[in-house]
Amino acid sequence: MAVFDSSDGARRRHFTQSIARSVFAGMTILLILPVVAIIGLLVVRGAPALSAEFLFSAPMRGMTAGGIWPAIVGTMWLVGVSLAVAAPIGVLAAVYLNEYARDGWITRIVHLAIVNLAGVPSIVHALFGVGAFVLFLSLGTSILSASLTLAIMTLPVIIASTKEALAAVPMPFREACWNVGATRWQTIRHVVLPNSVAGILTGVILQVSRAAGETAPILFTGAAFFLPHLPQSVNDQCMALSMHLFTLSTQVPNVPPQMTYGTALVLLGLVLTVNATSIVIRSRLRRKRRW
Amino acid sequence: MTATKGITASRLNLWYTKFRALTGVDLEIRHGLVTGLIGPSGCGKTTLLRCFNRINERIAGVRTEGKVEILGEDIYAPSVDLVELRRRVGMVFQRPNPLPLSVRDNVLFALRTHRSGGSLSRSEGDLAVEASLREVGVWEALRDRLDRRATELSLEQQQKLCIARLLPLQPEILLMDEPCSALDPSATQRVEELIRKLRGRYTIVIVTHNMAQARRVSDECIFMLLGEVIEHRRTEDVFLAPQDERTANYIEGRFG
Repeated sequence: MAVFDSSDGARRRHFTQSIARSVFAGMTILLILPVVAIIGLLVVRGAPALSAEFLFSAPMRGMTAGGIWPAIVGTMWLVGVSLAVAAPIGVLAAVYLNEYARDGWITRIVHLAIVNLAGVPSIVHALFGVGAFVLFLSLGTSILSASLTLAIMTLPVIIASTKEALAAVPMPFREACWNVGATRWQTIRHVVLPNSVAGILTGVILQVSRAAGETAPILFTGAAFFLPHLPQSVNDQCMALSMHLFTLSTQVPNVPPQMTYGTALVLLGLVLTVNATSIVIRSRLRRKRRW
Repeated sequence: MTATKGITASRLNLWYTKFRALTGVDLEIRHGLVTGLIGPSGCGKTTLLRCFNRINERIAGVRTEGKVEILGEDIYAPSVDLVELRRRVGMVFQRPNPLPLSVRDNVLFALRTHRSGGSLSRSEGDLAVEASLREVGVWEALRDRLDRRATELSLEQQQKLCIARLLPLQPEILLMDEPCSALDPSATQRVEELIRKLRGRYTIVIVTHNMAQARRVSDECIFMLLGEVIEHRRTEDVFLAPQDERTANYIEGRFG
């Protein structure tokens, strides 16, 4: 037997190793398959429905014909307003927590609360939205109520992701600033933010797609079953893609299936576009910073 | 060179939560000299150094007791402005930490920081950049690369830049925490030359693990052990005729 031939033990280890490898690879494939299947199904079934008329006209004949334009516009309102509320609050709070607050038990409790809040089911946020915005603040069922509810839902995740982006800026940069007598704010303004803006934006944009996709938080707070006209202000109700999809698939009889799939495809396309934008922005900004 | 007071510490104690890192430190570092802080790892050299510009306070659980006077003033007094303190007491770190900006902006960062409102004119800035880089001896090498990112320079140039960026603020004191430990021997030699060149104009306190280096660059030496100052005398006395047995043992390499 040659010196470097496998011994029995080694052969067994090689065998175990190849099994381990296939198991891990198998799980990865299992992860990708549903994504491919979903997208494939939506494209095949939904693409025939796509047309200028479908995108830019209102539903007709009890939702069994026409298009989804009010829902697209409504989703943009909801996402836009909720982002306008959640992004500044979330980013500023994260800056405070990461850059100013001393590491003590209060900070830790706040952090714990944020992490837990991020895990609260969206239907619970919905109920909170009804209680707090629709009823207590008397905002009624409106874009404002729904957006605020979405904002409450996305806020903890924005804070958490922003904190992470800030924490990724190496400590020596901050020390270098403090040591030449820069104040906290000067340090944040000139060193911390420019080097974390990519990560912050990514976190915020990912929440856009999450807000666009949620149905529960807007169900009772501002999304309408059917509105033939477009909303004029934040006090109006609006339709929304996610809500419309829910309506088409469960609430209305005799909807041609390609309309449902078409709506889903548009929603997915919107979300993927937003995510792709965030990836592009991030890589652009990443290329600029190097340390 | 007058032997005025540079840094005085009296009964200085410091705790990290429960761990006592400095125990009753009393010392007087003379102005204009290079003072080496030596001792084995964990003896409190760096902690002591970081007390002198109060950068320790950022760490949770740090408690400081006692008095530190710099240029005759108590730096732990409530009226002390940290911004002003750190302008007068600059620090150089173990790993060069230039900011991810251009070479020019690194030098000007501190100056701009202290210029509230009135912006720095271009020519004023250029003068400051040239003067600072000349003083640390990298002007010739970097004059055509002022717009390059400082993080792309060699480690030696980065470290010299980190010293240069303190100079426009006209500090009194330079604290150096093992400034050469990331550098190769020839770069170390050139940074040491720079330190000797800066001697006299600035009070320099340098923490080092390298006893040969302490011997080469410092005028006086402080030997620390377990958070206490064991011996503080002229460098040659510390090395040639240590008074404390522990100093002798450390210098001869019997522990540490």
